[in-house]
Amino acid sequence: MIVDDFEKRLRPPELNLNPYPPKVITLASGEKMVVREVQRQESAALLETIFPLIGVVDDYYDIVAVRMYSEVLGWHRFRVANEFVLVGAIEGEIAGIVTSRCVDRKVGMSLHTLTIKRGLRVGAQLFAAKMEHHLEFLNQREVWIVAESPNGFRRWMIEYGLENAEDRYPEIRHELGGVPTYILTKEIFNKVRNEKVTGVRPVPPEVLSTADVLRVPEEYPQIPGYRRNRQKRSAT
Amino acid sequence: MRKVAIVGIGHLPFGNLSKFDLVDIMSFASSDALDDAGIRKDRKIIDQVFVANVGAAILNNQTGVASSLVSRIDLEPAMAETVENGPASGASAIKCGYMAIASGLADVVMVTGGEVMRSVSGWKATDFVAMLLHPEAEYDYGLTLPAFAGMFTRLYMERYGLTEEELALVAVKDHENASRNPYAHVPYPCTLEGIYASPDAGIVNNLLADPLRLYGMCPVSDGAASLILCALDSPKMKHFKKKPPIRISGIGSATDTHCIHYRKDPLELKAVALSAERAYKMAGLGPQDISFAELHDAFVILELAISEEVGFFKKGKAREAVKKGITRIDGKLPINTSGGLKAKGHPLGATGVSQVFELAKQLRGEAETGRQVKDPKHGMAVNFGGFGNNVVTTICSKE
Repeated sequence: MIVDDFEKRLRPPELNLNPYPPKVITLASGEKMVVREVQRQESAALLETIFPLIGVVDDYYDIVAVRMYSEVLGWHRFRVANEFVLVGAIEGEIAGIVTSRCVDRKVGMSLHTLTIKRGLRVGAQLFAAKMEHHLEFLNQREVWIVAESPNGFRRWMIEYGLENAEDRYPEIRHELGGVPTYILTKEIFNKVRNEKVTGVRPVPPEVLSTADVLRVPEEYPQIPGYRRNRQKRSAT
Repeated sequence: MRKVAIVGIGHLPFGNLSKFDLVDIMSFASSDALDDAGIRKDRKIIDQVFVANVGAAILNNQTGVASSLVSRIDLEPAMAETVENGPASGASAIKCGYMAIASGLADVVMVTGGEVMRSVSGWKATDFVAMLLHPEAEYDYGLTLPAFAGMFTRLYMERYGLTEEELALVAVKDHENASRNPYAHVPYPCTLEGIYASPDAGIVNNLLADPLRLYGMCPVSDGAASLILCALDSPKMKHFKKKPPIRISGIGSATDTHCIHYRKDPLELKAVALSAERAYKMAGLGPQDISFAELHDAFVILELAISEEVGFFKKGKAREAVKKGITRIDGKLPINTSGGLKAKGHPLGATGVSQVFELAKQLRGEAETGRQVKDPKHGMAVNFGGFGNNVVTTICSKE
């Protein structure tokens, strides 16, 4: 089939990334958040989770959500090279999502961090997990990072003390928006690791199993009064 | 002296309101108070407006906030002034309102506190608050309020044996109350396991000013709250039939040295003790008469220290009361039923007004399910300015 042949050509080459070993984080609320890698066949739950946030202007949820939606969809449809997606789930319910990809074996490129459950630093923990994956499990040299919100700039650029690579443009150029690229090197990461990366491994099986099936949130603190409409539409 | 009552209350949810103009948020809370008092149409009966605010000029590039508010909510030609007393501005504005009515200068007074602090970064906001310290002896050396609170906590721990676990219990209690308060900035419960005992607690609840951690400090908040006061003997009281009046039965303030190093004992908060003594005397009450209290816990240690200074517990014993659950909503003496500054939030100018809003709400029996104190008669609020150098205590009672 010529279509299949074209499809093969449209798909990017893959590096066969190492898997991310799951971990569990006890949040300030006492809730256990399982952080694990998502498989492609689970992307529908992610897309359904992200979609309502595309309309939220506050705290730049709109731009982060719309970009993440395209990243997850692109990954699902094999249009992004070497991407991985991690999720934080509490009792199976999606509390946050991070997306990232590898430029090559040595360089990572952080995409987005989306927090659904707020007030518990879920986003900060998931971002740290993403960096942990790049630098420890994929054993990369560095990760390129940009921020698209003031919150992100404060949390990543300032709190991690990232290296500003503006003056190395275009040699170092993040794919997102042309905004200044910052770098997290292994050296910088090792300095802050003990203050940023948390979680326990291995995850007890009874806890890990709570995240076997990802559940889409029914409510969003970002959208007061929101209730997901789960009524099935008729096929006709 | 004329008796003064709270006849209307208004409040905006605290949080990040930086997309709004400062006077907008103050007018929202003020309108809420007008509605609560039932005088939206008759609002011109208000003789005087006192506005509590600290940072408008620095954070919002605005001055003359009281005049602006009066104009925004169509209260001209009411008298209007802004009151600034650091983090105790709110209670100071209430005190001004009380004095205006008690002296006969006014019959009906609106007191509105508001602050928009999240228009700047957290670091800038911390620096702005630190400007209340002594400029040469403290501020210039990089001291901040969290730094003072950290040192205060360390000294308290060494003297009284307070543990990090006991401090965490205060935060757990405050967040539990805040989770039921629709006005709270951080309405999320936390657990002792989550912020103290789990292997992740050190990062989830990270150290900010040793030994104080994230959950030992209030957030940087925006918000506004408003009260309407009236003389109980005024003919204008006929306008306020909608809700039962809550009397301000005692109000007192006191000052202490600006520089903390001039204090013989840094753990002794003399202005707190003296302001409470003055308020008790005016009300004819003592610590044993207070049903519940809102204490200025910008740092959780202050809830413990203030509760001792006002006579609820002996020095060094407040921690035992927390452990026994005495200060919980269902305890013998609930403290920070709103969630306190710790979890409800601390928009400087609004805080003192918000504390007294909570007293009125509880005394009316209008608090949310799970947050209502059982049959309260007298509530106390302590609004702590500087690091204890200007403190206002207010006692409210059922009329």
